[in-house]
Amino acid sequence: MLYKNVKQLVFDIDNFIDTVEQGVLVFKEGVVNYLNGEKASFADKIERIDRLEASADKLQRAIDDKFYRHSILPQNVSDIEGMLDKIDEIIDISKDNLYQFDDELPFFPKELTGDYIRLVDASAEAALSVFPAVRTFFREPAKVRDLLVKVYFYEKETDKIARNIKRKLFHDIKDLRLSQKIHLRYFALHIETLSDRAESLADLLSILALKMSI
Amino acid sequence: MIILFYLSSGLFLGWSLGANDAANVFGTAVGTRMIRFKTAAIVASIFVILGAVVQGAGASHTLGKLGSVSTLAAAFTVALAAALTVYWMTRMKLPISTSQAIVGAIIGWNFYTNNPTDLNILSKIVTTWISGPILGGVFAVLLFMLVKKFTKVTKIHLLYRDSYIRYGLLTVGAFGAYSLGANNIANVMGVFVSAVELPTINLGIIELTGTDQLFFLGGIAIAIGIVTYSKHVMETVGNTLMPLTPEAAIVVVLSQAIVLFIFSSQSLSNAFQSIGLPPIPLVPVSSSQVVIGSIIGIGLYKGGKEIKYNILGSISLGWIATPVVAGIIAFFMLFFVNNVFQRDVGGDRRIETKEVVTSRDQDVVSDKTVMLNDSAENNQATVVPDSRGVTNKEETSDTPLYALVGLLLSLLVISALFYLLFREKKKIRHQKRKSKSVEEKYRLKVKNLEKNYEERINQQTDLGKELKFRQNEMVTMAMSIIHKNEFLSSLKEEVIKIKSGVKDHETRSGLNKLSLMITQDLSIDRDREKFQMHISEQNSSFIHRLSESFPKMTDNEKRLASLLRLNLSSKEIASILNISPKSVEMNRYRLRKKLKIDPKIPLSDFIRNF
Repeated sequence: MLYKNVKQLVFDIDNFIDTVEQGVLVFKEGVVNYLNGEKASFADKIERIDRLEASADKLQRAIDDKFYRHSILPQNVSDIEGMLDKIDEIIDISKDNLYQFDDELPFFPKELTGDYIRLVDASAEAALSVFPAVRTFFREPAKVRDLLVKVYFYEKETDKIARNIKRKLFHDIKDLRLSQKIHLRYFALHIETLSDRAESLADLLSILALKMSI
Repeated sequence: MIILFYLSSGLFLGWSLGANDAANVFGTAVGTRMIRFKTAAIVASIFVILGAVVQGAGASHTLGKLGSVSTLAAAFTVALAAALTVYWMTRMKLPISTSQAIVGAIIGWNFYTNNPTDLNILSKIVTTWISGPILGGVFAVLLFMLVKKFTKVTKIHLLYRDSYIRYGLLTVGAFGAYSLGANNIANVMGVFVSAVELPTINLGIIELTGTDQLFFLGGIAIAIGIVTYSKHVMETVGNTLMPLTPEAAIVVVLSQAIVLFIFSSQSLSNAFQSIGLPPIPLVPVSSSQVVIGSIIGIGLYKGGKEIKYNILGSISLGWIATPVVAGIIAFFMLFFVNNVFQRDVGGDRRIETKEVVTSRDQDVVSDKTVMLNDSAENNQATVVPDSRGVTNKEETSDTPLYALVGLLLSLLVISALFYLLFREKKKIRHQKRKSKSVEEKYRLKVKNLEKNYEERINQQTDLGKELKFRQNEMVTMAMSIIHKNEFLSSLKEEVIKIKSGVKDHETRSGLNKLSLMITQDLSIDRDREKFQMHISEQNSSFIHRLSESFPKMTDNEKRLASLLRLNLSSKEIASILNISPKSVEMNRYRLRKKLKIDPKIPLSDFIRNF
């Protein structure tokens, strides 16, 4: 009976991680669609990320329920729950950011489109690099730290690209109004948040992995 | 029924064993919520009974060799002495083991009944007590290495590992409970084996001999101890020696179970013998001490940083103190039972019983004691030698040796007790000294505070005096300014009056010049500026408080408040500030609004008390 519940829980956790990972990919594609002016594809991504986020929430509730109902891993349950919360934050942020594009309809000048695409690529890559570490955490906690190197690298890259965009916006581009510049700066910030959350999850993972391997 | 009464001390011992030692098997599992107490209690109870009935005979036989307590009253007393020792030493928070207590009590019986103690058996038992924890430590290290290697190689998912650990803890716990029953039932029922003869019960498939029935009863007593009292112990056990992970808990319980199993398995001993190895001594060992040995083993393997080494000293003290205390208690209790209750305690202290039949229809109605001896030597006539009477006589040459050993042991116990009492007293003295020094420290602190308080009061009085002096000074200064301004104003009026009556052009221009000078002096008054500066300096803390409470106050309002604090009237303030009294009134009204003062409270009162 216990084994059956554990099996289901492992399946749910894997499913949850997959869903969030897909959410990040959809976010990345959605932003690229918006920047390229592909409205139909962008609308499709909005719908998909909405579904994925709802599904991730549902899965997280089911995982919570199983952990506590069957008292699985009682000594580490709060740590794992904390980790799952941080994973869920990634898809939440992705969805919120994509909706912000849809709601606020920011105007991106052509000279900045490439930069923004690079920014979303780096930020999404940071988030995507954290998922293999999450999966490894459950099987080989000792190897997690090695896998997190990529997350920290992409997070720093994202910071760099975002700073470049902001400098370009306020130093080089003269055609935009200040309000537009501020608007675009906020969008750089929104995209950056994704990699920040991935970094925060990576920090937690490295501590948990160390705790588990002792 | 009478047998059950006599068995009660053993059953009590069994209950306390179940209450305390089940935690060694399922403590960490229940404490870390890996296994529910209900499940642990059921499994432990079943397997303890099984172990006791199936494999309990070996260790019990060794105890019988150490001292075959031959009467029911003696067995009752010996078990009670062990139980009381366990209870007393637990209360004293001293390390205790039921195995050591029962062995000590049996030796006490040997001494009281002049029954020779087999030193070979005794040394075997003592060696086992020492080797048990060491063996536990060795097994624990080996198993821990194995588990670590297995975990590393198999890369099992964390959640699957958790479920395997649960099943592992349950299985190993069952084995541990079985071994506990097999090994420790001798402590509970071992002394009754020679004293109680029960008819064999045939249940068809299995046959329960008298000994089996005794072990079954003992097993039930242990199970009751587990169900009724071990929950609390299990929930508090775990981090007393070193924090344990569930994996380490499996290793500890398994190594303990293996050690207990080894020291209680006749078949294993036979197998050893069959391959030419020496037989394994089947001796009851302390499960708690084996657990401690195992935990220390793991701790040492991990680097030994987390171990509380002082516990080793406590175990060693337990090896000596427990049997000696139990032996002395048993000796005196046997003396009491033998002499006061006139019960037969076996050995050289046998009581001859005559059965007096009062009528043909009646059975035996009473026992008539003939006598019992305080000293076998003095009352040889009344002593009925037992079957080993001859042997005893032959061994009389050993008696002085035993007396010497007894004396030495008694001395040892007395010194151990004195040591414990001394330790306790030292602890109390230390605590008293500590509390006294703390008290002294606080007394000094209070004295210092009182002194500080007094100094502050004096300072405040001095400051109050100084403040009053300064205020008076300022008022005097203000008054002189007011007086000077009034004088200048009247002088100016006089000059204007004189000027209107003068026709001479030169005199008129001179008077004009004088009037202008007076006006200039009135408007640019250095005294006033100095005074205002003085006011600001003297009232800096007041102004600071005002600014903090009412950040929107302007500098002029602060200045007005400072002047109001000197209890000056509006007219006087007007003169100092060189504004009209009406302006002062208006400013007062604005200040009142800004400070949100209750209409019933005068502004000057509010400012003075601020």
